[in-house]
Amino acid sequence: MPDKKGNHSEIPDGVSRRSFLKGMGTGAAILPALGKTVEAADLENRFGPEPAPITLTINEKIYHLQVEPRETLIEVLRNRLNITGTKVVCDNGSCGACTVYLDGAPVYGCMMLAVKAQNKQITTIEGISQNGKLHPVQEAFIEADALQCGFCTPGFVMSMAKVFEENPKASLIEVKQGLAGHICRCGAYAQIFKAAENVSKRNGG
Amino acid sequence: MNKFEFAVADSIQTALEELNEHPAAAKVHAGGVDLVGELKHYTAQPDIVVDISEIPDLKWIADDAEGTTIGASVKLIDVIRHEAVSKKHAALQEAASVVGSPQIRNMGTIGGNLCQRPRCWYYRDEAYHCLKKGGDECFSVAGRNRNHCILGGGPCYIVHPSDCAPALIALNASVALQSVKGKRELPLEDFFILPESDATRENVLQPGEILTYIHIPAHAGKSAYIKFREKEGFDWALSACAAALEFSGKTCRSARVVLGGVAPIPWRVRSVESYLQGKEITEETARRAGEMAVEDAMPLAENANKVLLTKAIVKQALLKLNA
Repeated sequence: MPDKKGNHSEIPDGVSRRSFLKGMGTGAAILPALGKTVEAADLENRFGPEPAPITLTINEKIYHLQVEPRETLIEVLRNRLNITGTKVVCDNGSCGACTVYLDGAPVYGCMMLAVKAQNKQITTIEGISQNGKLHPVQEAFIEADALQCGFCTPGFVMSMAKVFEENPKASLIEVKQGLAGHICRCGAYAQIFKAAENVSKRNGG
Repeated sequence: MNKFEFAVADSIQTALEELNEHPAAAKVHAGGVDLVGELKHYTAQPDIVVDISEIPDLKWIADDAEGTTIGASVKLIDVIRHEAVSKKHAALQEAASVVGSPQIRNMGTIGGNLCQRPRCWYYRDEAYHCLKKGGDECFSVAGRNRNHCILGGGPCYIVHPSDCAPALIALNASVALQSVKGKRELPLEDFFILPESDATRENVLQPGEILTYIHIPAHAGKSAYIKFREKEGFDWALSACAAALEFSGKTCRSARVVLGGVAPIPWRVRSVESYLQGKEITEETARRAGEMAVEDAMPLAENANKVLLTKAIVKQALLKLNA
């Protein structure tokens, strides 16, 4: 959970409240007199409706937190963990602003319940730069001035980075297919495609 | 979104028992794309959501000489990338490839694609208590209806939103439905129901019952799926056509032709199927087939364009198979 300065408390895996509770469950299972066996199973598989402990792995860091099952991944990222690089625009699975990777695959954070993002590697826009250096797609966006208001940009960058990860020399058609789940209301498409063209050319495409 | 409990099922049996305990108050979560939308718009207000996406038995594709079986929780991206699907069932591969956007195909499942609720804007708008929600009026009749049906409508005029369903029906697929009471199998075609029998649902699933498997029998023919959407990048079909044809030389021996985006259920056009039997697929037969496909069409005030579109889409699908 973020403190007032927005810092995140990270509890090392293995001593978390959740794994502690799981440990309790296992203990109870060998002491059937306590009648805890069923609850041990429940702890693993049932959440809510009140806030329940979950564990998320975001940009290779582990977060233990309490969420209601009705909270979407994007709400948890932004409102509970203060990881705000990823934006919310339509909140309806149409615009792509909330795109993050789940085990490397782009998904809409607004259409996924946070409880369903457990046991997966979540990557947000904050996680695609390496050692403080912008991702080549981010550099290309700046160079081509591929944005106006910038709200759609984190999502576009995530999907375009994925296109070039799969094919470093991706054609414009492949780029368009990869970006099909995004909308830019400012209409910066021409510059966005120019950025893609530059990345492709730099990769020898 | 209302509060709900979330239960992750680790087996089909667990899921069925969980659903059986709360038959009216439970909803099934597979990929979650459609369900989360429903929860946000209060068209679904469950007390408990049962997640079937982690059930190992529902996450595999098996292929042998008899056909291809796909678990309901297989993601669309994995359907698209599966060799048996791309080599043997082109219509399904083409249909799954045009569902939503890359993000949606990475999240959504094949079972969810078949069971998703309609996109009618009155249904999705919590301000309208329409027939589908148990009200007594279909607001599309006198309202905005350019995306609504031209075939099979009344008293509700939705179109079925699935791309995979018409393709799978063209491929003669069947589905397995399971509840604590047991398992039943039926042709996918019989899974869907018209609003005239019950406007509040789109299929025969009973409370507590889930779709578990889809089976496509082996076939010797060729198949294709053509979809027209207003926004080419990412949209539901305004009109679509799935066709599966078997040939003897150049002559069509048998045909299954199913329309999408134009009726409350995937719309099989048997008149076209029997017309094509014994014919070569020429420009003229394909054109005539397109005309026959919409002979019974009764467009609403704003969607007569779908009649023209469908003629062209049917023709295009048939000519693609002839190529």
